[in-house]
Amino acid sequence: MEFGRDSIWLVLAKAALIFVFLVITTLLAIWAERRIVGRMQSRPGPNRTGPFGLLQALADGLKLMLKEDLVPRRVDRLVYLLAPVIAGTTCFMAFAVVPFGPEVTIPFTDTRTALQLTDLPIAVLFVLAVASMGVYGILLAGWSSGSTYPLLGGVRSSAQVISYEIAMGLSLIAVFLFAGSMSTSRIVAEQAEIWYVFPLFVSFAIYCISMVGETNRAPFDLPEAEGELVGGFHTEYSSMKFAMFFLGEYINMITVSAIATTLFLGGWQAPWGISQINDGMFNEGWWPLLWFVGKLWAFLFVFIWLRGTLPRLRYDQFMRFGWRGLIPVALVWVVFISAWRQLLDSGVDARRYVIIVCGAVLALLVVWIVIDSIRMARGGEAPSDRSAPTAEDGPIDPFAGGFPVPALPGQQLLRTAGPSGPVLGVDTVVTGEATVRTADDEGPADGRDSQEVRGG
Amino acid sequence: MNPYVPILVLTALGAAFAVLSVAGSFLIGPRRHNRAKLDAYECGIEPTPHAVGGGRFPVKYYLVAMLFIVFDIESVFLMPYAVAFGKLGLFALVEMVLFMVTVFVAYAYMWRRGGLDWD
Repeated sequence: MEFGRDSIWLVLAKAALIFVFLVITTLLAIWAERRIVGRMQSRPGPNRTGPFGLLQALADGLKLMLKEDLVPRRVDRLVYLLAPVIAGTTCFMAFAVVPFGPEVTIPFTDTRTALQLTDLPIAVLFVLAVASMGVYGILLAGWSSGSTYPLLGGVRSSAQVISYEIAMGLSLIAVFLFAGSMSTSRIVAEQAEIWYVFPLFVSFAIYCISMVGETNRAPFDLPEAEGELVGGFHTEYSSMKFAMFFLGEYINMITVSAIATTLFLGGWQAPWGISQINDGMFNEGWWPLLWFVGKLWAFLFVFIWLRGTLPRLRYDQFMRFGWRGLIPVALVWVVFISAWRQLLDSGVDARRYVIIVCGAVLALLVVWIVIDSIRMARGGEAPSDRSAPTAEDGPIDPFAGGFPVPALPGQQLLRTAGPSGPVLGVDTVVTGEATVRTADDEGPADGRDSQEVRGG
Repeated sequence: MNPYVPILVLTALGAAFAVLSVAGSFLIGPRRHNRAKLDAYECGIEPTPHAVGGGRFPVKYYLVAMLFIVFDIESVFLMPYAVAFGKLGLFALVEMVLFMVTVFVAYAYMWRRGGLDWD
């Protein structure tokens, strides 16, 4: 297929259609998520606004539009306003290279055009680049809010996204190896015989896990862990600025699903069986749009299903899984699949031995990871020469390290006025201004006191 | 037409939508001033004072960023190799495996030194 032949009007129309498609899919995804999660929790979910509650997401959006546009006092104004715009802009960009279908004739005209806005020789690389740019929205939002929880949420979120982006990038290399191209339309065309999910199942599995981590969705939604971080990076955002982050999250979800469809599930090609009917008539014209949207929604359903099923991971578990599990497996898989391709190309008969060797290496790696995780689960120390901080009895200053830490059993917590207050715990004891409280006596008797200090 | 132009068109559309909705809510929304409302939100308690210059941060995040750069460069090197795999032959495969082993040494060192521990 050729790209770059469309007239400017056609490009504008296609861009507008993609925009509308994304916004409508987002509204439907929010509705579907609330209904499906509702069903999973034995309740109906929103069902009042419009037929089956379909207009609920739209009503929520309108309500957000009519809310007060708060700008808290301590924010960095320019960056604070820029962050939601970045989040709401970059999320649309990746869809420019997603193929919705093959070439079609536009109704009532003779113009033929591909159901894809544009294609680049480096299309998938472009998608990865845009996904990284989305991190700026999150990081800048957290940083500019001038508040504790958004800052922690923003930094956490960016660390999470970049960690899982490595595994994602590595999992795609096998696809490029098979397709011999990074252009999305070419990758779809190369999958006419067999979808890459079958020969490259390991890549597909790694991609699917990392796409959930990349989009900050449950069970990897740590930046929004409300039990520890309130709302995460968007705590200080209200009104439409908050809606932009919300929209960005859902469109990112749609984008990674579309990329998974394109790279592993044959893109717009009809499923096996249907594609054989009548000489492939279901692979031409407007039919592919149906297959593409169907596969996309299958992924979206899995996202919602995950959210309804799995509890959130702890941050250290999550990072360990990414860095110690996904990345080494992805690296070894790349080596394995390269060697495999090399053997297929050269036609050497010693194929079997190489498969045995590579399989053994892969198995060793899996065993190693299992042993490592069992050792961690038993609470054994990781092989490192760091000395763990030992719990000493006596009073500790919670702000001595620069950020608040709770008391360990047997320690006494000094009540100070935060990092700007008296720095050394000894001084506060001498002056007698700080109340000393042991970690054990946290009970009903202490409730009134702590309520006064914490202000509820 | 340059194939990058449609991307700019879609980006402009997205940016216009984002700017218009943020500006729109600013114009439409009510404004009722309240001192407490403009404070940083910390579940109702007095907000923690912020250190001048950003304060201190766990060094883990810095390590993650550094490791990310190492591995991102690695995958950037692997991508052209994968695309041109058919033309390069066995030599490229051996070279690539050597390169990955080199990066893996850094990774193993990081693992061993506890750079991947998060507790």
